[in-house]
Amino acid sequence: MKELKVTPIKDGTVIDHIPSGQALKVLRVLKLPQSTSSVVSVVMNVNGKKGKKDIVKIENRELDPKELNKIALIAPNATINIIRDYDVVKKHTVELPNEVIGLTKCSNPTCISNAREPVESRFHVVCKDPLRIRCYYCEREPEDITEGIM
Amino acid sequence: MDFRQRDIISIKDFSKEEIVSILEYAKRMVPYAKGQKQTTHLDQKILATLFFEPSTRTRLSFESAMHRLGGRVIGFSDPSGTSQKKGESLADTIRMADAYSDAIVIRHPQEGAARLAAEFSDVPVLNAGDGAGQHPTQCLLDLFTILTEKKKIQGNNVVLLGDLKYGRTVHSLAYALSLFKANLTFVSPETLKMPKEVFAECKQFGVEPASTTNLEKAIKDADVLYATRIQKERFPDAEEYNRVVGSYKVDLPLLQQAKEDLIIMHPLPRVVEIDPQVDATRHARYFIQAFNGVPVRMALLSLILGGKKL
Repeated sequence: MKELKVTPIKDGTVIDHIPSGQALKVLRVLKLPQSTSSVVSVVMNVNGKKGKKDIVKIENRELDPKELNKIALIAPNATINIIRDYDVVKKHTVELPNEVIGLTKCSNPTCISNAREPVESRFHVVCKDPLRIRCYYCEREPEDITEGIM
Repeated sequence: MDFRQRDIISIKDFSKEEIVSILEYAKRMVPYAKGQKQTTHLDQKILATLFFEPSTRTRLSFESAMHRLGGRVIGFSDPSGTSQKKGESLADTIRMADAYSDAIVIRHPQEGAARLAAEFSDVPVLNAGDGAGQHPTQCLLDLFTILTEKKKIQGNNVVLLGDLKYGRTVHSLAYALSLFKANLTFVSPETLKMPKEVFAECKQFGVEPASTTNLEKAIKDADVLYATRIQKERFPDAEEYNRVVGSYKVDLPLLQQAKEDLIIMHPLPRVVEIDPQVDATRHARYFIQAFNGVPVRMALLSLILGGKKL
C-alpha cells in the first residue's frame, strides 16, 4: 500500500504533474506562500506513472484562469484539481496558448516592451516542448522564462 | 504580390519570393535613383522620418528615395527638440506622426520600437534600425548589392566579419542569405561570436555556417566579404570593447590571398576595419552598396505607397 506523504485537503487547489524540481518556481509565480495565510504543501520528486514529479497543494484557494496560464509556462503538462469538501469538483489540464500576453516580462532590458509604453509584454510560442517563446517586439528568446514571470 | 500599406519591420516577415520581387523592382529604380529619369510617382505623399538615433546613410537615402519619387519628407534627426524629451511615450509620438504623414520611417535605440510603432500607426511603418534588433532595409540593400554585383545570391561563399554578437545587420543578413542558400562563414573574435539562435535559424534552411577566428584562411574561398565595425555603443562595458577593437583589418596584403572577383561590402561607417587603400581596388563595393540604399528604398516606398508600379 502506498504511503501518503501529504494528507488530502478539504478545500483548495492541487497542482499535480509539475516537472520534478519545478514546484518552487510554481510557488514563486503564484506568490506563495506570501499571498495566503492557509497551509501550502509541497511534495517533490514523487514517483508518478511517467517518472518523478512535484505536487503543490494550496488550501482554501481556487486558482483563476490567469494563474493557470502562468503555471503553463513552467509546467506545461500540469493538472489543476479544484477541491471542495474533499471532492475534486473541477479538473483542468493547463494549456499554453500560441501567444503569451502580459504574463512574463521580456528579459532584454532594452526591449521597448520594458519601457514606459502602453503595451503588455507579448510572446509568440515557438515550441511547446521544450518550451521556447520569442518576444513579439524585440524577437529575442528569454533563456529562463520563469525569471520574468509577473 | 501586393505590398500596399504594408509595414516593413523585420526581414523575417518576408518570403523569399517577396524579397526577390522587391529586389527585381529595385533594379528598375536605379536610373531614377541616379537622376537619369524623373518621376512624380509619389506626388502629394508625405514621408515622416523619425530618427531617435543618429544616422547618415539610412536617413539621407530614405529622404533621397522619397524626393526622387516626387514625394515630400518631414521629420527629425535628433530627438532633443521633440516632446520625447518632455517624457512623451513613443506610442504618442507615433500617433502624431501617423496623423501628419502617409508613411513613417523610424530609427530608435530600443529593440522592438518599430513593431510597437506599427501597432499605434494606421499608416505603414518602415524600420530603419531598432537598437541591436532589426534593420530590414539594410538587409535588402545588402542582398541587392550581392545580386547585382555577383548576378546571383545562391551558392556564393559569403564571409561575415567583425562584431557578430552585437551587430544587427549581420544577424538579419545571415538569416536572409540562408533563405537564398548562400554558403556562410562567420569570422569574429572569440568573444563576439554569432549568437547560437542565428546558427539555428540558418540551419532551418539547410545551411550549416562555418565559424572561425582566422580571417586569412576564410578569405581564400570567399566570393563576398561582408565586414562590420565593432560598435562601441553596443558594448555593455568599455573593457570588453578595448580588448577586441582592431582585431581584424582588411588591407592589401590580406587581399593578395583572395579570389580575383571577391567583392568587399560594409554597412558603413567604417573605422579601422578596412584600410582606405582598399577603396581603389577592384574588390571594394561598399560605396556602391551605400548608393544601393536609394533604389531599394525607392522600390519599397513605391510598392507601399504607390498603388501601381512605376
